[in-house]
Amino acid sequence: MAITVSIPTILRTHTGGEKSVEASGGTLAEVIDNLESNHGGLKSRLVKDGVLHRFVNIYVNDEDVRFAGGLEAKVADGDNVTILPAVAGGSR
Amino acid sequence: MGPVLVIRRDLVEAIVEHARRDHPDEACGVIAGPSPDRPERFVPMLNAARSPTFYEFESGDLLRLYREMDAKDEVPAVVYHSHTATEAYPSRTDVSYAGEPEAHYVLVSTREPDTHEFRSYRIVDGEVAEEPVEIVESYRE
Repeated sequence: MAITVSIPTILRTHTGGEKSVEASGGTLAEVIDNLESNHGGLKSRLVKDGVLHRFVNIYVNDEDVRFAGGLEAKVADGDNVTILPAVAGGSR
Repeated sequence: MGPVLVIRRDLVEAIVEHARRDHPDEACGVIAGPSPDRPERFVPMLNAARSPTFYEFESGDLLRLYREMDAKDEVPAVVYHSHTATEAYPSRTDVSYAGEPEAHYVLVSTREPDTHEFRSYRIVDGEVAEEPVEIVESYRE
């Protein structure tokens, strides 16, 4: 069993339009590197200067990884990873 | 037909009422629909930042919203928020966060007590393009 990754609309240009792809890895960092090897360009949309981009939310089995170790969050076979663009903004 | 937001009057009123209610904090939410150009279901969201100058959907709320839209075969047609002391125009922060290239970004300004501004924009690849808003009583099929 692999890890199923849901890809938001804005990132599907990197996955040939696919909204769900498979990946492998023991941590979110490894999963992202694995995704990058199959879908070039994806990593730079998710990681900036070694940390998760503040414009994306990533969940492992419905838990926001910000509360589970960020890039070091553990991921196991059969897990779901969901990527969503953060919805935010402000007056400036 | 060029870019335009066609939106039912009751949805416009729901957005403005939400913005007034949360003033002076920024109000935010989504109108989901079967396609980006068919806003149907009003979904006001909690502004987790509870701020007069910043808004953010709480991350758990965001996930639930997208799961719900997925289950109903919906997409976010409108992403709205209010500016409470500035004009209804996307700020630099708004533009940098705009992650739904097909959505209509609606801005409401509640800086004046007796009037409001209601404007719509497409934000794609960091570029802002205002579009006209056409308010209708109901959608033609």
